[in-house]
Amino acid sequence: MSTIVFELVSPERLLVSRAVEMVTVPGTEGDFGVLPGHAPLVSSLRVGVLDVRTDAATAERYFVAGGFAEVSPERCTVLAEEAIPFSEMDRAKVEAEIKYYQDALLVTEKEDVKAKFKRRIELAEVKLSLLAH
Amino acid sequence: MPSLKEFRIRIDSVKSTRKITSAMKMVAASKLKRAQEQAEASRPYAERMAVMLQRIASAVQGGASAPKLMAGTGSDQKQLIVVVTSDRGLCGGFNGNLVREVRRKVRNLLAAGKEVKLICVGRKGRDLLRRDFANLIVGSYEGIGGKKKITFAEVQPVAEKVLALFEKGETDIVSLFYNRFKSVIAQIPTDQQLVPFVAPDAVPAVEPQAVYEYEPDEEAMLAELLPRNISTQIYSAILESAAGEQGARMSAMDNATRNASDMIGKLTLRYNRARQAHITKELIEIISGAEAL
Repeated sequence: MSTIVFELVSPERLLVSRAVEMVTVPGTEGDFGVLPGHAPLVSSLRVGVLDVRTDAATAERYFVAGGFAEVSPERCTVLAEEAIPFSEMDRAKVEAEIKYYQDALLVTEKEDVKAKFKRRIELAEVKLSLLAH
Repeated sequence: MPSLKEFRIRIDSVKSTRKITSAMKMVAASKLKRAQEQAEASRPYAERMAVMLQRIASAVQGGASAPKLMAGTGSDQKQLIVVVTSDRGLCGGFNGNLVREVRRKVRNLLAAGKEVKLICVGRKGRDLLRRDFANLIVGSYEGIGGKKKITFAEVQPVAEKVLALFEKGETDIVSLFYNRFKSVIAQIPTDQQLVPFVAPDAVPAVEPQAVYEYEPDEEAMLAELLPRNISTQIYSAILESAAGEQGARMSAMDNATRNASDMIGKLTLRYNRARQAHITKELIEIISGAEAL
């Protein structure tokens, strides 16, 4: 089967850069699958799960928190604000993160900082719910 | 001729200086490794972002709908320069070289009758620029570089400030000055234009592509993507600069250690000569005393 070059990058690192069969991207207006020969498309991402199928047998899942995806017939580039492979996610760690930001929320006064922390908590909660199944 | 004791004190003091500089070199070397890894890891994102924008730009360009952040305001009267330097000194010409470039550019712009504003990231740059252009500095940040790990969130306030100034119409062109990390001994002062958007030199030119579909619409997409690009470019500049700082400090401290060693060698030679002269003198005194008897 033909393949498409897929790249997943977060500001901190390059996570994936290789040929894959199919990618499912969580776009703001709904998930979309990318196969070789896809029409050129630029989309923003929502918080969700990115599925990468390298071949019929192996699939990997990544948690992505917003960003952009650019698709052309032979290439798919995802620039995520945050991207973590499912294999690296750990329930206890995420719970600790929620706890940390909830505590931080209590001690800060500034509204913009509070909003930031709330966003972190929301993100972490989404991660938890994704980990649950 | 200084006395023998004075020589010994001098030698001891240079020796302890050498200890400090060689320790600083070690510290810089280990920090460098980490900073370099982080800078290199972040490069793909900044590059892909620039490529993506460039493709979109080539599809959009010419259209009246192009947002100002991409096409510019059509004027170049008001210029904003973001200068990324280190917080700490003792890193050779790292900050000085960059600030010299900035000074030259600011002088040229002022001479051409433009309005210039400066945002300084890093304490050293601010201190150096404050001497000449104190009234031009509109914002300064410190404590970002030089840490173990620089997160994207830490850099956000800088980008927000730039965007706020642009929104208010207080600037037409935004450029970014930083030291690009080429290798441990080479940091290149770089002038990168942020607004209006131009692809950095590192990015290969791409051919205009088929028209993209946008999801959601093009306007919303670009309104999100362009500010994002600015914070990404600033973030990557700060990482480059942090790695460059450690590299510069390492080679500066290496030089200092070597100079201290040379100096110790020279001083020891002079000390030994003085000691010998002293002994010879005493011997002569004893002998001539004995002969006089």
